[in-house]
Amino acid sequence: MTDTVLDARRLLCPMPVIRTQDAVQRLQPGQTLQVLCTDPGVLHDIPAWCRVHGHEILDIQEGEDDIVIRILVCSPD
Amino acid sequence: MRAIPATLFLPQPMSRQPRAVALISGGLDSLLAARVVMEQGVHVEGINFYTGFCVEGHTHAIRKKDRARPKRNNALWSAEQLGIRLHIVDIIEEYKDVVLNPGHGYGANLNPCLDCKIFMVEKAHEWIVANDFDFIITGEVIGQRPMSQRRDTMPVIARDSGATDRLVRPLCAKNLPETLPERNGWLDRERLYAFSGRSRKPQMMLAASFGISDYAQPAGGCCFLTDRQYSVKLADLWQSRGRRDYELDDIMLLKVGRHLRPRPNFKIIVGREEGENRFLEGYRKRYVHMFPTSHTGPLVLLDGELAAGDLELAARLTARFSKGRDAASVVVQVGDLNGNVETLDVLPLPVEDIPADWYL
Repeated sequence: MTDTVLDARRLLCPMPVIRTQDAVQRLQPGQTLQVLCTDPGVLHDIPAWCRVHGHEILDIQEGEDDIVIRILVCSPD
Repeated sequence: MRAIPATLFLPQPMSRQPRAVALISGGLDSLLAARVVMEQGVHVEGINFYTGFCVEGHTHAIRKKDRARPKRNNALWSAEQLGIRLHIVDIIEEYKDVVLNPGHGYGANLNPCLDCKIFMVEKAHEWIVANDFDFIITGEVIGQRPMSQRRDTMPVIARDSGATDRLVRPLCAKNLPETLPERNGWLDRERLYAFSGRSRKPQMMLAASFGISDYAQPAGGCCFLTDRQYSVKLADLWQSRGRRDYELDDIMLLKVGRHLRPRPNFKIIVGREEGENRFLEGYRKRYVHMFPTSHTGPLVLLDGELAAGDLELAARLTARFSKGRDAASVVVQVGDLNGNVETLDVLPLPVEDIPADWYL
């Protein structure tokens, strides 16, 4: 299945987290979200948000300019 | 007149676990308040409001020297410690009215603390109605803050937010009238607290009793509006534009760089280091900008309507903040809003020619 892509580049935390939260709410369990970011704060904040909401981080890639985080949407417990 | 049934005054048990939403700022008080209520078997979720003026996050991300610091979002960290969900809500647009028209006025700077608290509790109240929750928790303590956490303002917040007796302050509840969750038996008043005043010791002792030792340092410093220098820059922004308004980018830029207003019609924003220069680069298409090419130096944005001579003055200031500050000439590249580029060869402005009141 293709990832849904969220472009959160040039947004500063916590805006990428808020956009991620909003995007995840529109997805079903089992779907994946790819978040493109530039603020290094997301390296901590998006995984933390996923932990408190029970979603899974599949992958984090740090490039020269961008950070790409893939999230698996999980069922609410 | 119909008699009110006596049963109305009896505790109202629930068929399900009571639910509360806690305003989580990331500080110790809100963390403790949520924990105290969780100890009584209530299902608690957190809510955190993002106004655009919040200190953490942006400042860490922008300045290179801050990049080594932990970038944790303290509200998310609190939620993790508590094992609860946290809903982060963007209130940037709606919050403008609080900043621009605070019915209860400002604090020492442009901080509308009482209106801010009322607004956030009001939003939390809307949230509990929409999500079938029962009450709201805050970490307020009577006497803790001079403007928003006083004995006389506590009922104002409860009343004006619309939350009324569904607003519980677990850390000072025993100093306040009984709330609905207490009357209904969802909370045992005896297991709530009677903290008051500015001392942090009771909170620290309570934190220790819960085994909590790592928490954000308590202070009023979570909002840029409490900062004097930031407020001066915001007031200058309003005055120079002739109207009290702002966009998110405006208030972001006020957090970054040196701001100097050499003329009433324009100001310059000077990047102080690599991280700030990188951040300001994102605004190059929306502002006339300049940077030295003959020497290492800052990226500078020009905000305002430029008149004859302003570009040269700004270029001389740019040169002043570059490594060529003592050179006979510095070459400065200027980019305008149409993508046109020109270069100016200027003498750096001597430091004695920069009046202190140019600095915002």
